Amino acid sequence: MKKLINKVDDVVTESLAGMGAAHPDLIRVLPEYKTAVRASSPKPKVAVISGGGSGHEPMHGGFVGFGMLDAACAGEVFTSPTPEQMYEAAKATNGGKGIFFLVKNYTGDVMNFQMAADMLKGDGIDVEQVVVNDDVAVKDSTWTAGRRGVGGTVLIEKIIGAYAQAGASLAEVKALAGKLNANVRTMGMALTSCTVPAAGRPTFDLPADEIELGIGIHGEPGRERAKQKTSAEVVEYMAGAVVGDLPFKAGDEVLAFVNGMGGTPLIELYVVYNDLKKYLDGHGIKIARNLVGNYITSLDMQGCSITLLKLDSETKALWDYPVKTPALRWGR
Amino acid sequence: MAFTLGMAIAAMDKFNALIEENKEYLTDLDSAIGDADHGINMNRGMKRIVEKTHSKEYADFGGLFRDAAMTIMSVVGGSAGPLYGTFFMKLGQKLGCANEIQVENFADALREGLSGVMSLGKSAVGDKTMVDAIDPAIKALKENASEGDAAAWNAAVAAAEHGMKDTVPMIARRGRASYLGERSIGHQDPGATSSYYLFTCFRDASAEN
Repeated sequence: MKKLINKVDDVVTESLAGMGAAHPDLIRVLPEYKTAVRASSPKPKVAVISGGGSGHEPMHGGFVGFGMLDAACAGEVFTSPTPEQMYEAAKATNGGKGIFFLVKNYTGDVMNFQMAADMLKGDGIDVEQVVVNDDVAVKDSTWTAGRRGVGGTVLIEKIIGAYAQAGASLAEVKALAGKLNANVRTMGMALTSCTVPAAGRPTFDLPADEIELGIGIHGEPGRERAKQKTSAEVVEYMAGAVVGDLPFKAGDEVLAFVNGMGGTPLIELYVVYNDLKKYLDGHGIKIARNLVGNYITSLDMQGCSITLLKLDSETKALWDYPVKTPALRWGR
Repeated sequence: MAFTLGMAIAAMDKFNALIEENKEYLTDLDSAIGDADHGINMNRGMKRIVEKTHSKEYADFGGLFRDAAMTIMSVVGGSAGPLYGTFFMKLGQKLGCANEIQVENFADALREGLSGVMSLGKSAVGDKTMVDAIDPAIKALKENASEGDAAAWNAAVAAAEHGMKDTVPMIARRGRASYLGERSIGHQDPGATSSYYLFTCFRDASAEN
């Protein structure tokens, strides 16, 4: 394993410390709780908190700041943070208007956030949550843990963060988060596996000429394995699954998000975006906003995901709302 | 004979050692159908539990298992943290201020722990989880309690091992492995494997003391 690290056990804490040192104007790191909070004091607004396993950088710590998250809790690589971390994050950012948890639908994350919510409710603090589950690669049935939370999480964090910043109440934030989650769909694919530092070797074997379609963000294997395809063929497969699932229809306005898994260069992500644009044009779906880059990654995995979010005038305005975080910033 | 607080403390030491010894195997199992961290996480959690239990004296099962629960929940995260945490927490609550208990009654307390796990994880027997090792082990422990402690624990361990192996042909319905659907067939569940280890540790601690 070749990685730019010191000790395997220190990867998460040292990376967080580095992010804090690079952006002291935006975030403050609470090392004891492996949590990033906004550098400024809590405001009287709904505090929006997310968290999850590390290895998806810049998510979630890179999205803490004005117009987005108030705090982000980092677990070990690909492992949910603990209830204590979320509880302390909430205590540190509570502005008296309630706490909103943005949770990705993974068994561990859901259980740990649930326990933290119970602890906070015991203290008389209002807590609501959304469990993001936008991954169309997983069958949603009572026989699985349900669809995973993937690319859509970034878009929901941005739009919900803006809504809370603009003064929405906890009930309003919860309602919009539910609506966003119902209107966003994602599918991912991998060209290579990824290497968890503590494991020291790739999580799965993928022959040089094969790709894995329908992957999540933890190196877990996907829906099916296929021989290598062109970008246009991959986009046809993934966008087809995404569009067909909601379904997105001709005339819809969408936010199109092409996300890199961490090891794929931008030159390839733009090739994918170009193919996605052609595909959506061909189906009469209008890209009203877009995002292209590495935002929700899977360590050093090569691959990408495609996310579509159906927009309306309200969510478009909230997407455009000023944001200032380590990883996303505009309008301010 | 009975199961004592000393045996419970020894069982935690043994569990820590056995997890340490098998952490790569557990992580390998988890690589196949999960996210390659079960061995790493359990190793981190059990190390801290043992550090904690060695740093103080315990008067009863309740105190010991409460510390184990809080420690694993606060250092592990993931799914294993809350699930094993709940298991130890409910086990400790049921045993309360006892420091010695008949094996049959210990089985009832283990059942409390398992109920907590099943309720938190929304899991049932046959979902390819830790439940598949623990449920038959508790049944065997209870049913064989009248045959003497050694026989009861041997039966429990045999049942846990059988339950663990039975997860191989199952389709996972809970946790990250459930995303694989039929591709989860043919792999042994890592959680059932670590739970099988826990029962071997209870047995060995009981036999040695």
